[in-house]
Amino acid sequence: MKQNWWKILGAFLVIYSIITGFLLPVPAQPILHETIRNLYFHVPMWFSMMVILGVSATYSIKYLSSSKFDNDIVASQSANVGMLLGILGLTTGSVWARYTWGAWWVADVKLNGVAVSMLIYLAYFILRGSVDEEQKRARISAVYNIFAFVMYMVFIMVLPRLNDSLHPGNGGNPGFNKYDLDSTMRMVFYPAVIGWIIMGIWFMTLRVRTEKLKRKILFNE
Amino acid sequence: MKHITRILLSIFLLTSFGAMAQDSQSVEMADPMFQSGKIYVVITVLSIIFIGILVYLIMLDRKIGKLEKELKNKE
Repeated sequence: MKQNWWKILGAFLVIYSIITGFLLPVPAQPILHETIRNLYFHVPMWFSMMVILGVSATYSIKYLSSSKFDNDIVASQSANVGMLLGILGLTTGSVWARYTWGAWWVADVKLNGVAVSMLIYLAYFILRGSVDEEQKRARISAVYNIFAFVMYMVFIMVLPRLNDSLHPGNGGNPGFNKYDLDSTMRMVFYPAVIGWIIMGIWFMTLRVRTEKLKRKILFNE
Repeated sequence: MKHITRILLSIFLLTSFGAMAQDSQSVEMADPMFQSGKIYVVITVLSIIFIGILVYLIMLDRKIGKLEKELKNKE
């Protein structure tokens, strides 16, 4: 129980964000109306995804420098959880876009960038699945994963800021900080982000432990 | 513990919310939804779903922990 305190913290923060996210007042904005509350649920998916993919890339670097197989397991399972969070972020964003921007999908730099990076990560899993030899698979996919993470960052953080984007804070649009994200919203938003990051890490550790168990059973028998 | 905090928080918010959300704006918000008080139903439903997922996760966590222990004892 002692080493599980962070899981309790994460769960508590998410529950807190669900309750306060609906109850606390939000600034009244045209077009957005009440959907501004989506900020507490849609955006944390992306923050959480970025962190977990960062973990994945870090462990890929670790694998390349140490050749310890455990690092490869963490890298691949983190990428897996990252994809889950990405898909959730994409679908919730799509619903939000339908009712504010008017379409399920708009040709926005950020949206297309995310779509491309999801495909890049999909290729990572295909790559992993297509190499049978373990050492080779771990090495090749680690190198690819580092590239994938850099590309992802360029697509989602750099390019949208250089071009016109409908997203707040991109392409000359004012960020949420300016008038939307007032201090009440911060009180919900930041705990939600931290909570979901912790949840993502929890999912990842579960997958890592299962994978390690699987390897133990398969190779020790 | 979690439960108590939740209830306390709800009570606190219930009492303070009425005072906060009174200024009328031209931008349409879900004010009637709050006035009728039924937004709490949505919060309850969402909380139940999340807690359900949480319980499921905890059970999975324990199951994996048990397997890890069993495998360790076997070796």
